[in-house]
Amino acid sequence: MSKSNETSGKPATENQFVTVHIGGQLFGLPIAAVHEVFVPEQVTRVPLAPPEVEGVLNLRGRIVTTIDLHRLLGLPAVSEGHKMAVGIEYKSESYGLLIDEVGEVLAIDAATREPCPPNLDPRWAEMVEGVHRISGELLLVLDVEAVLAGITTRLAA
Amino acid sequence: MDELLREFLTETNESLDVADAELVKFEREPNNANILNNIFRLVHTIKGTCGFIGLPRLATLAHAAETLMDKFRQGVPVTPEAVSLVLQTIDRIKEILAKLEASGGTEPEGSDADLIALLEAMANAETAEAAEPQVTVGELVPQVLERPLLPGEVPLDELERMFRETEVEIETPKPARGKGRKSTSTAAPDEPAARTQAPSAPAAAEPQKPAEPDAPKAAGNEASAAAAANNVSNQSIRVNLDVLENLMTMVSELVLTRNQLMEIARRQEDSDFKVSLQRLSTVTAELQEGVMRTRMQPIGHAWQKLPRIVRDLAQDLGKQIELEMAGADTELDRQVLDLIKDPLTHMVRNSADHGLESAAERRAAGKPEKGTIRLSAFHEGGHIIIEIADDGRGLNTDRIRAKAAEKNLASEAELAKMPDSQIHRFVFHAGFSTADKVTNVSGRGVGMDVVRSNIELIGGNVDVRSADGKGSTFVIKIPLTLAIVPALIVEVARERLAIPQLAVVELVRIQPGSEHRIERIKEAPVLRLRDKLLPVVHLGRLLGHASEQEESTVEDGFIAVMQVGNRTFGVIVDAVFHTEEIVVKPMSSMLRHIGMFSGSTILGDGTVIMIVDPNGVAQAAATTIESTASQAASETAALPGDAEAKVSMLVFRAGSQEPKAVPLSLVTRLEEFEVDKVELSGGRPILHYRGDLIPLVYADERMTPRAEGTQPMLIFSDNGHTMGLVVDEIVDFVEEPLNIELPCETPGMLGSAVLAGKATEVLDIAYFLSIAFGERLGKMEGHHAGRVLFVDANPFYRNMVQPMLRGAGYDVHACASQEEALSLLGSGLRFDMIMADIDQAGPDGRSFAEAVRDLPDIGDVTLMAVTGASLPSNSERSRMTGFDRCLGKLDRAGLIAALRECNTSYGEAA
Repeated sequence: MSKSNETSGKPATENQFVTVHIGGQLFGLPIAAVHEVFVPEQVTRVPLAPPEVEGVLNLRGRIVTTIDLHRLLGLPAVSEGHKMAVGIEYKSESYGLLIDEVGEVLAIDAATREPCPPNLDPRWAEMVEGVHRISGELLLVLDVEAVLAGITTRLAA
Repeated sequence: MDELLREFLTETNESLDVADAELVKFEREPNNANILNNIFRLVHTIKGTCGFIGLPRLATLAHAAETLMDKFRQGVPVTPEAVSLVLQTIDRIKEILAKLEASGGTEPEGSDADLIALLEAMANAETAEAAEPQVTVGELVPQVLERPLLPGEVPLDELERMFRETEVEIETPKPARGKGRKSTSTAAPDEPAARTQAPSAPAAAEPQKPAEPDAPKAAGNEASAAAAANNVSNQSIRVNLDVLENLMTMVSELVLTRNQLMEIARRQEDSDFKVSLQRLSTVTAELQEGVMRTRMQPIGHAWQKLPRIVRDLAQDLGKQIELEMAGADTELDRQVLDLIKDPLTHMVRNSADHGLESAAERRAAGKPEKGTIRLSAFHEGGHIIIEIADDGRGLNTDRIRAKAAEKNLASEAELAKMPDSQIHRFVFHAGFSTADKVTNVSGRGVGMDVVRSNIELIGGNVDVRSADGKGSTFVIKIPLTLAIVPALIVEVARERLAIPQLAVVELVRIQPGSEHRIERIKEAPVLRLRDKLLPVVHLGRLLGHASEQEESTVEDGFIAVMQVGNRTFGVIVDAVFHTEEIVVKPMSSMLRHIGMFSGSTILGDGTVIMIVDPNGVAQAAATTIESTASQAASETAALPGDAEAKVSMLVFRAGSQEPKAVPLSLVTRLEEFEVDKVELSGGRPILHYRGDLIPLVYADERMTPRAEGTQPMLIFSDNGHTMGLVVDEIVDFVEEPLNIELPCETPGMLGSAVLAGKATEVLDIAYFLSIAFGERLGKMEGHHAGRVLFVDANPFYRNMVQPMLRGAGYDVHACASQEEALSLLGSGLRFDMIMADIDQAGPDGRSFAEAVRDLPDIGDVTLMAVTGASLPSNSERSRMTGFDRCLGKLDRAGLIAALRECNTSYGEAA
């Protein structure tokens, strides 16, 4: 995404996040991790795949493995399918994180990040790096690497 | 690691491979200065670069090798020892390079003083030795040929001739490839590279000096040729594989887009962009082809190391071996190339070790002492064919046949009938080696099957041709590329999947009422296909789809018959669409653990589908089939001993609609025969079957023989007598307790029983055997092998076991109860063996056994307990106390073996 012009000139202590909604919760993905945002179409299910893997799809000639964040976060599945996906690269492979809705790009002062509350669902705590309070809402910073590494380690176990 | 070092590593490794091959060539043609210069240049470059990058250890080593090689340039004779030493040095350099690469740029610790000392000693010795011939040219010849030459060694007189020719050639250039001319002419273009090490010894310099002015033309020609060659190498660049992969992806995407555009254009009648689209289409196709070609490499790359290997082998084995290579420029996919390197190497080693005879043997066979291994490669319709031929002794057909029999790969009779070519193929079986001794080269029997499986893994196959005494040829056929494979697109549970076509042998349509149906033996579905029973698996079930429709109801669908290794099995799919050339894309690491898929691909319409991995399916199929079998076994084992034992029955139809059945254990085989092959002998139908004439008996007299086509039959074999029981249709196998509820008097019929919920007539095989072999069976009774008393309340078993034992030559007396048996014995009748059923009610086994043993002068009769269950359970075991053994009633082979055993023990006792 080429939105860097929006935030040019800001101090370096600010982190930029792409905000997304998953099951009503606001999450922020570090902008450097986000390659693109696309509408997933023609997703092919993969038999015997781990439950978090929704399927594979063709994104301009690349095969993208899509991950169902609802399932991963233990949220109820959405009935009418996912509307959007965030494309990320992990270990030089393409993945698509399925989400409900993409918000905007936010620059947040890194100093305002707070650690995860200790009573956070342990599954969430693995994937959430910290919390920002923004205008009456809580933004959870999603650690993309941890999300994907979690699936891989669970497979290995 | 910095870029410079990386470049150095790749380049040096390549140079070393070339040097390897060149050195071996040089050893054979020591007077070919061209090769020598080449090697010299390579080593020199390595030395120079090492010094430049700052790798002192490598530089010193390379320098020592260079010094020795320089001596060769000066005309010192080349010995195999010297070449071995240089090769050893190259190996050491490679070793250091590998460590260098692993450590990321630091030269490993260690000393090469040993090698350097050897190299220097050799260089000095060579100079000393060589000094003499240089002075006394012409007088040396008679001194040398005292001992036989070692393989690869050069006779001194040839060296001598070289020296002489060098001078003579200049005046009279021969049309043939004059070695002297070569050495002089190439010296000129090589000058710059060699300048630092300018030859100073008079021996080398002298013949060159007069040569240069006299052969300017030749030098000029060669120089321009060399320049051209140089240009070619300058025109190639190194490209990272990722870049190519990326290009491939983009091109396939372009192709997809093109296809979509074409589809739109087709729908619009006269659109303006049709012509442009046509051009786009052509360009796209060309682009795709071009990108594919970037992945191709000449197969020679896989052969590079072979000359060296063959040379070392020749020395180890004391053989003389010539390696010929043809078609080294045949191109194939780089990935395939990497995968066949090892199998190829192995096969060449095999040819050198087993294929070629020793020099003495070859002489005795009237062949040239030097054996030849010929490697050739060529394209043939989307495949590349590689042949490894040797002119050695050929495969030893008799020994392979014996070994195959020993390993039980086929029966003696089958082996005897097999053509030699088929026998030869046994060398590809696992653990098959006919080498008498295990050498460090080969003979461990783990070679050819690995070769075969490696080649099959990439969708290729390997075959062998062999002629006794003339040599053998291994032929490998592999696809040009793995990136694009033809695949069958199928549908399973409303999802499309691609099955690589190479694994699919054929497709079978199954439909209700059609010739091909899924039958089942126990739970396991099978397909009867041309006399063979194929295990069948449902792909959907393997893929974890809840069996929405019970497998048993699969009546309409397709079975892809797949062959993986030596396993053939059927895979049920819901629908088959078409075949398509698919571009294989690797799967994400998150899905790679699923053994069922080998990758994914994008179809023409842009959807992604998974590619089924035949190996994975084969494995999964094997476990499913096994687990069904073990489940079946455990079910049998779990049978309550005192309840009615289950009997496997074969249910069929003959003459009428009512099902008929016989115990499966009595049936040797199920066959179909062609009705027009039936002949009549003495008014009775007979059939030529597996080299024998067997009588045919119709299972029901109401049956009318079919006029044409084939008809199923059950084969019963009894002590060498084989008969065919002709039936109309084989229905099922059932395993149920057998209770003959309505005994009947019809000949050939034991009675009726309920099997699979239906009243079924149980046939008396004894009756049919007596129809077929009436007289002969009667005769058998004359010379009986022993007298057996068979006690069983069930008429079915009495009727079944009696003919079985009679057929084996025993005199059998059957009685229905233990009381009857005891009264018989009490009346003074004596038997060698008593078999008593212990499933039946009545006095328990122990008391019967005791009663028998208590009889006066009973002698040492063998008491056997028999049971209807195939595996005696614990409760049965306890009940058979007092008996000598316990056996399954319908285990014909076991029964007879046990009887024989008793007989022999009697013989010994008497």
